[in-house]
Amino acid sequence: MDNTSILSTRFYGGQKRVALRNCGIIDPENIDEYIAVDGYQALAKVLTQMTPQQVVDEITKSGLRGRGGGGFPTGRKWQFAMGGEPGTQKYVVCNADEGDPGAFMDRSVLEGDPHSVIEAMAIAGYAIGASEGYIYVRAEYPVAVKRLELAIKSAREYGFLGKNIFGSGFNFDIQLRLGAGAFVCGEETALLTSIEGKRGEPRPRPPYPAVKGLFGCPTIINNVETLACVAQIINKGADWFASMGTEKSKGTKVFALGGKITNTGLIEVPMGTTLREVIYDIGGGIPGGKQFKAAQTGGPSGGCIPKEHLDAPIDYENLSAIGCIMGSGGMIVMDEDNCMVDIAKFFLGFTVDESCGKCTPCRVGTKRMLEMLDKITSGNGEMEDLKRLEELANYVKSCSLCGLGQTAPNPVLSTLRFFRDEYIAHIVEKRCPAGVCKDLLRFTIDRDKCIGCGMCSKVCPSNAIYVTDYTAPGRRKPSYAIDPEKCIKCGACRDTCKFGAIEKK
Amino acid sequence: MEKSAATEMVNIKINGREYAVPSGITILEAARIAGIEIPTLCYLKDINEIGACRICLVEVKGSRSMCAACVYPVSEGMEVFTNTPRVRAARKMNLELLLSIHKKNCLSCIRNTSCELQTLCNEYGVDDEYFSGENREYQLDESTPFIVRDNNKCILCRRCTAACSNLQEIGVIGAEDRGFDTHIGSPFEMKLAETSCVGCGQCVVACPVGALYEKDDTQRVLDAIDDPNKYVVISAAPSVRATIGECFGYPPGTDVEGKMVAAMKRLGFDGVYNLNFAADLTIMEEGTELLHRLENGGKLPLITSCSPGWIKYCEHYFPEFVDNLSTCKSPQQMFGAVIKTYFAEKNGIAPEDIFVVSCIPCTAKKFEIGRDGQSAAGVPDVDAAITTRELARMIKSAGINFRELPDEEFDEPFGIGSGAGAIFGATGGVMEAALRTVAEILLGEKLEKLDFYDVRGTDGIKRATYKIGDRTIRVAAASGTANAKRLLRAIESGEESYEFVEIMCCPGGCVNGGGQPTQPASVRNKLDLPALRASVLYKADSEMDLRRSHENSAVKRVYDEYFGEPGSHRAHEVLHTFYVKRGIY
Repeated sequence: MDNTSILSTRFYGGQKRVALRNCGIIDPENIDEYIAVDGYQALAKVLTQMTPQQVVDEITKSGLRGRGGGGFPTGRKWQFAMGGEPGTQKYVVCNADEGDPGAFMDRSVLEGDPHSVIEAMAIAGYAIGASEGYIYVRAEYPVAVKRLELAIKSAREYGFLGKNIFGSGFNFDIQLRLGAGAFVCGEETALLTSIEGKRGEPRPRPPYPAVKGLFGCPTIINNVETLACVAQIINKGADWFASMGTEKSKGTKVFALGGKITNTGLIEVPMGTTLREVIYDIGGGIPGGKQFKAAQTGGPSGGCIPKEHLDAPIDYENLSAIGCIMGSGGMIVMDEDNCMVDIAKFFLGFTVDESCGKCTPCRVGTKRMLEMLDKITSGNGEMEDLKRLEELANYVKSCSLCGLGQTAPNPVLSTLRFFRDEYIAHIVEKRCPAGVCKDLLRFTIDRDKCIGCGMCSKVCPSNAIYVTDYTAPGRRKPSYAIDPEKCIKCGACRDTCKFGAIEKK
Repeated sequence: MEKSAATEMVNIKINGREYAVPSGITILEAARIAGIEIPTLCYLKDINEIGACRICLVEVKGSRSMCAACVYPVSEGMEVFTNTPRVRAARKMNLELLLSIHKKNCLSCIRNTSCELQTLCNEYGVDDEYFSGENREYQLDESTPFIVRDNNKCILCRRCTAACSNLQEIGVIGAEDRGFDTHIGSPFEMKLAETSCVGCGQCVVACPVGALYEKDDTQRVLDAIDDPNKYVVISAAPSVRATIGECFGYPPGTDVEGKMVAAMKRLGFDGVYNLNFAADLTIMEEGTELLHRLENGGKLPLITSCSPGWIKYCEHYFPEFVDNLSTCKSPQQMFGAVIKTYFAEKNGIAPEDIFVVSCIPCTAKKFEIGRDGQSAAGVPDVDAAITTRELARMIKSAGINFRELPDEEFDEPFGIGSGAGAIFGATGGVMEAALRTVAEILLGEKLEKLDFYDVRGTDGIKRATYKIGDRTIRVAAASGTANAKRLLRAIESGEESYEFVEIMCCPGGCVNGGGQPTQPASVRNKLDLPALRASVLYKADSEMDLRRSHENSAVKRVYDEYFGEPGSHRAHEVLHTFYVKRGIY
C-alpha cells in the first residue's frame, strides 16, 4: 500500500499533523506501537537530562498556547505553578471534557493516541513538582474512557507511571474522573469543583488554579490537544514548533470542519493558514455550487467570519480582532441557505441549556436573549427587541462569572455585527432571507405555472392546499392554492411538484 | 496565608482618590475603608463568598471584564471605579433581570421595607417590566411548622444553602437542576419536613428577600386574645428584650425590656411574664440533675436540652448522645407546664382554657411545642411560639407606638428573673448560670465571684475546668451545629472528656437565633451581631442584685407550693421530658 498517495491529496496535503500525528497510524491499545514512534522518549529525556525549569523554558520558548479555547501561553501557566515549599501537594489535570457540539478533536487524540496525553502529564508533573494527575473525561466518550484506562494500566506496567520513573526518583500517577453531562464542567474551575465532588459550578478567579486549584492546591489544567504537542516539543525542540505558525500563535491547530463543505472531518493546519485555504483547498469548497456566507468558529462561544475576512490568517489575535475566537477548533461552514439569526439562536439555545445557573447574567440573561431571538424568528420581533438584545448581550458578556456566560453572547454579537440586515429583515419585513425560519416562510403556488395535477394537495399533511376557481390560460385544470393559516411549512408540496410551481420565501 | 507582624499595605485608587489599605483584602472591604458601600446581594462574610450575583461588579483599570468586588483582592497600584455609567448600567440591568424571575407582591410580602432587593431596586430606579419573560411557578413548601420556603421569590443568592452547609454544616437544602431551572430544594424534591432539617432558621435570617420566612402564628394568638373564654398569657425569652428594639429602629445592642413589656401588655394578654423565671427554674432542675449524675455515676457529660434545634440535631445526627441529654424541658416548655398545672390549679382555671404563648428568638421552638412529652396537664404545655419578628409585627399592626412607651414591669408571680436566667440567650450563658448554682451547692457557701469568663464570648467552642471543692468539673460550651459536631466527635473518640456540656444550635447562642430580627448583609458583614446583642444580657446580669437562679423568690415559691424540691417526682412528671432517636433519613 502506498501511503504517500493519501498524503498528497488536497485534504491531507494541506495539513501538518502534529497533535494528530499518530491517530489512525498506531494501535492506541498497544503501548509498544506508541514506543515505536518515539513514545516516552520525551519523558526519558526530561527526567534524565533536564531540570524542571528547563522543561518550562522549552515549552515557553515553543510558544505553545492553550488549545482548549483560552489560548493562554502554556509555559507561563506552568511557570506560575512552580515554586513554593518543596513537598507541597500539586496537581496536573487534563481537561478532556470536550463539550462544544460537533467538536471531536480531543476525542480523536484520546481514542487514537492516549499515551501522548499520559506522557505529557508526567512531563508537566515533573516540571511543576506534582506527583498526581487527573484526567477529567466526559462520560459520553466510552471508547476514550476505555482506551485511557488501558493506556494508564500499560504505562504503569512499563514503569512510565508510578514510583521512581526511569530511576529518576520522580513519582507520578494518574486517575480518571468521568464527567456527568455538563458542558460547564469544561470550564476549568467548574471542572475542579466537580472533581472535588461538588456541584459543577465555576469559582471566581483570582485565585487562579495555578496558585489555588484542586483541593486548594496549585494545579495546572491543560487541554488534550495542548498536551498532545508537549512530547514532540521536547523531542524536536521548541524552535521546531515555533517555526510553524504566526508571530504570536505558534504551531498547528486541529479544526473540526463541518457544515456546507465537501470534505468534512478533522484537519490540522499551521496557525496562519487562511480561511480561504481551509475551505477551498483542504475543504474542497462549498458543494452544490452554493455561495460561501460565513464560517462559524469556536462553537457556542464563537463568532462568524464573513466573506470579507476569507483571507484572514487564522490565529488567536486575528480572530479576536474581528470579534471571533478560535475556541477549541470547531468550524462550521455556512452558505446562502443558512439563516444567521437561526444559527445564533441554535448556539444560544445550547448555552441556555448548559448554563450552570450560579450567576444572574448567564442564568437569566441568556434565557431572556433566547426569548428575544424566538420572538424575532417567529415574526413577532420589534426594533426595540433588537436594542434590548444587543444591550443584554453586552451585559452578559461583561458581567458573567465564567467563560460560558462571557462567551455565550458571541454568536449573537458577531451575527449582529456582520449580518445585521438579516435581523432587520426578520423584524421589519417579517421575512427570513435564507428561507429557514419556518414561521416567516410562505409557500405559494404560482397559479400560472400550476397545471392542476393536485399531487401537492395529496401529500400535504395538514390539508392546506385547495383547488381554486382560476384556470390559467392554456391549462385544462384549475390551479391549486395554499391556505397560509393551515400550512405548517413542511415543504412536502414543493418537494413533490414536478413543475416548479411552488415557491418558498 | 501567613500574616507578618506588621500588615503589609498596598496603595490603590478608588474613584480617583488614593488610599493605603491592607494587602489581600477584597475591593469591597477596601471600598468600605474609603467610605463607599458597594451593593451586594449574595455576599455574607465568612459564610457565602462566591461572587455569584454580580451586583457588586466594579470597573478595574486594565481589566476587560468587570470584577466582583466581594471576592477580588486588591493589589498594588490597582485603580477601581465604583460608580461609572458602565457600572451603574450593569447594576440596573442585573436588578431588572432578577425582577423578571421574582414574584413581585411587595405590598403583601413579609419583607416589605426590609427586603435587600427592594432597597437596591429603589436606589437604582429600575424598570421592573423591562426584561419580563417566562417564569417558573413553584409551590410553597409549608410542610414544617417552623419555616416556609417560597422559591418564587428566590434570587438564588445561595445564602441559605451556605448557612445550612457552611455555617451549620448540615446541608438539607441545596441548588437543584441547572441553568434557568435552578431552584433551591432538598434532594429528590423532598419537602423540608421529610428531611433532617433541625429548624434552626439560620437560612431564614440569611435570606435577603421574602423567599424564606417563619410560619406565622400571630393570627392564632390574636384569635385566642379575642376569645373571651381563653386566658391568654405570654412570656418573653431572655434575648428578645435585647433584640426586638431593632425592629423599631434601635441600634443592635439596645436593651428595651421595659418597652417590650409595656407593648405586650397593650396587646391584650391576661398575663405578661418573664421567661427568665423559667430559665431559673430550669437551672434548679438541671443543676440537681447534674449533681445527681455526678454522685451516682450517671451518664456524663450531661448535655443541656434547652435548645430545640440542638435536640433535633442530636436526635438526627448524634442519636448515640440522646442518653446524655438532660431530661429537663426547655424554659419555654417548663413555663407552659407550670402555668397549666400549678397556676391553673391555684387560680381555678381549666388548663384547656389557658392559651400559653411564648415569644422566642427561635424557629425550632415552633416544632418543640408539638413534641410528645410536652403536655404535663394533658394539653400542650405551650400553645403558640412566636418569634421576635412576629411579636414586632403584632405590635406594629396594633398601632402601638413602641418608642413612646414607658418602661413597665412584668406581671407577678412570674415576673422575677435572675441575672443567671438573663444570660441564657448567649452561648455559655446556660453553663454559667448552672455553674453559679451547682458550685454554691457543692461548696455549701456563696461564691465571691459570680462571673465565669472562660465560658463567655462568641468562640465556637469554649472549654474550661473548674475545681469546686474536691470535685473537678470539666465543661465545654459549643454553639452552632458545626461546632457541636466537632465537640461531640472529640468526646466520642475519647480525645476530650467533660462532666457538663452546653450546646446551642445557633452560632453565638439564641441572640443569633433564626427568629431574631433580620439584618441586611451590609449590617451583618460589619457588626458582630451576636456579641453586641449578648452584651445587653451580660450587662443586665452585672447590674442586678439577684444573679443566682436558686435565690429567685418566685422559683422558691413554686417549689414550696407545688413541686416540693428540685428533682422531685412531681417535678419529673411536669418539668421533664424524653427524646427520640430519629436517624438522618
